[in-house]
Amino acid sequence: MTEITYDWKAIARDPKFVELRCRKSAFLFGWWGFSCLYYFLLPIGAAYAPGIFKVKIVGVINFGYLFALSQFFVSWGLALYYAYVANKHFDRLTRELIDELHL
Amino acid sequence: MTMNKIILAFTLAVSVVAAAFADEPVKAAGSPPIAGAPTSPGAPTMLTPGSLAPAPAETAAPVKAEHKRILKANKTVTISMFAVIIGITMCVVVWAAKKTKSAADFYAAGGGITGTQNGWAIAGDYMSAASFLGISGLISLYGYDGFMYSVGWLVAYITVLLIVAEPCRNAGKYTLGDILSFRTSPKPVRAFAAISTVAVSTFYLTAQMVGAGKLMALLVGIPYKTSIIGVGILMVGYVVFGGMVATTWVQIIKAGLLMSGAALLSVLVMSKAGFNPITFFDTIVNSPDIQDHVSKMVLRDGVILNGIDAGQRFLEPGLYLKNPLDQISLGMALVLGTAGMPHILMRFFTVPTAQAARKSVIIAMFIIGGFYVLTTLLGFGAAIYLTPQGIMSVDKGGNMATLMLAQQMGADIAPICGDLFLAFLCAVAFATILAVVSGLVLAASAAIAHDIYVNVIKDGHSDQHEQVMAARITSFVVGACGILIGIAAEKQNVAHLVALAFAVAASGNLPVVVMSLFWRKFNTAGVISGLVVGTVAAIGLVMVSPNMTYPKVVAVGAKKVVVALEKKQASLPSGAVLDEKDSKALAKAKEDAQLAGTSMLGLDKPLFTLKNPGIISIPLGFLAAILGCLAFPNKRSEAMFDEVYVRQNTGLGMSRVVEH
Repeated sequence: MTEITYDWKAIARDPKFVELRCRKSAFLFGWWGFSCLYYFLLPIGAAYAPGIFKVKIVGVINFGYLFALSQFFVSWGLALYYAYVANKHFDRLTRELIDELHL
Repeated sequence: MTMNKIILAFTLAVSVVAAAFADEPVKAAGSPPIAGAPTSPGAPTMLTPGSLAPAPAETAAPVKAEHKRILKANKTVTISMFAVIIGITMCVVVWAAKKTKSAADFYAAGGGITGTQNGWAIAGDYMSAASFLGISGLISLYGYDGFMYSVGWLVAYITVLLIVAEPCRNAGKYTLGDILSFRTSPKPVRAFAAISTVAVSTFYLTAQMVGAGKLMALLVGIPYKTSIIGVGILMVGYVVFGGMVATTWVQIIKAGLLMSGAALLSVLVMSKAGFNPITFFDTIVNSPDIQDHVSKMVLRDGVILNGIDAGQRFLEPGLYLKNPLDQISLGMALVLGTAGMPHILMRFFTVPTAQAARKSVIIAMFIIGGFYVLTTLLGFGAAIYLTPQGIMSVDKGGNMATLMLAQQMGADIAPICGDLFLAFLCAVAFATILAVVSGLVLAASAAIAHDIYVNVIKDGHSDQHEQVMAARITSFVVGACGILIGIAAEKQNVAHLVALAFAVAASGNLPVVVMSLFWRKFNTAGVISGLVVGTVAAIGLVMVSPNMTYPKVVAVGAKKVVVALEKKQASLPSGAVLDEKDSKALAKAKEDAQLAGTSMLGLDKPLFTLKNPGIISIPLGFLAAILGCLAFPNKRSEAMFDEVYVRQNTGLGMSRVVEH
């Protein structure tokens, strides 16, 4: 295996890398927080606001059922949105950074 | 996406072949059904309203008689299907063994798994028999709460996707120890990471092995020990000879079988409701059996509900999950623990790039989520067509609901279809167990062989041949221990072990993984204190929680049962005696009421009231990691953060295992 040595400190200070790091961290931790919040609303709501969960929306199907079902769609939606943003922006920034460093 | 179709086609082909193959012996043998012994009705919960409540008493008696059901799998058909699965997976092992030459091949399939394949394998690794049988059972008995319970298992993957999958792919090689030891003192960190990995895997593996043994005994009448040894030998065979390649393909095949089984069964259930969800839910609410079941359940809490209101209550929260804090605690363990599970982390080292790791998590999320949505249909379908009372007459926990539903739906088409469909689902359960235990054995042996043997004992000086030998021997030993633990734990209550595995992963592993990847100051002391405190806190809290058996608490409950049953006996006309079930319950309760002594730790009653320790142990794990690291700062670890951070974001300098 050939070991190429990189100047990690220099790369870490590269404006392209700083941009990538900031955008990525904000996106990842922000949306992670959102998904946790949305998920914990389910057990918390079921325990402390059961009245809302019992409201019938379509026929006998109530809000609680639709809310629990929405968790699946929100998770899938977030996963696809992340894939879109990562493919479009994060991967592009990474490629540009690597090209710039002539690696 | 073509891969999905290929796998789907493949699994369908397998089932068709299996059906054709199995069809013959059935006729020849005249289908001798081996009755799985219905589980004995436990004492305390039998004392539900009936006797004490006036209203449902008259109607309940005749209804009950016709609800008595027996689940019996046709042994010949089922075992033939098992044989087909074993045959196919053995072919995979032979093929995989030829490809497994280096340590990278053994632990990470040479990095040659595609994103799509890995997505299916993650789903196969993750969805245990508990998800497959347990959650639909919960839904069939408790309605909405069972569905709510399933949500956390999918949301957990958001953490995996956003926080750990890609950085771990870029920063790691084969194990948790690789990620953690990057900028810390490798030897102590690897040793602790390996211990934690082995602990988590052992808890999870024990639960799976005991479940496997009981399931096989109940379904096909194979004795408990024989089932454990059989499952154990297969699991050791897959891992020792085929390493990660074989394990991956066993998991892919299992996920395909599981999804086709669930999809087929859902279609049959929904076809009865004309594929109209509103009709489907109307049927639930209007089912007299579900109404009766719910009104008895809520009566225990002193609530009187009857008719359509009771039916509607089935779709509302609070029938099963009564302690919100416990629920939140379990949610935390799932959301953070999945991302710290060593056998899940290990899957990301099998793909060549971070992009493939990302793709694999997203595919896994669609498979897992889709499966849980289908599970709702199966659970509610079982409640409608088999009735909660019928399901409980076979297994009080509802674990047999899906299998009973398969038999019923098949038998509605033609009697032989019922046998075949049930046998197929038993085979799916069998494949499920094999796939999950293989992943766990591989993760535990990678920790021992790669972290402890190669890197701690041999200082990393070990050639490929020796590494693979070490990995194979370790897998063999780990698998053998798994079999022994499985046999020893037959009579133990292992239900809490899965939750414990997630709690340990969430409190011990995840905090240190996240901080290693994202916190500049993180160092050796932080890793060790985080791992130790998180793991010990999670295990310790479970040891003093209501999960353990407290003889005095059992005795108090049993005394109440004795009093109530004796009152019932007294109220009977003179000369009449309690029916068989009640008198058995009374004898058992009288025996239990004599129990004295303390729990394993010498306690009279639980010190910690929650069943899930996460809400306390996860913050403790994070806190210990932060304090440990701040107490013993390390310049080298800080200086190396730039390298870790650039590597994990860009994939530069990644171990290129693919390019041999």
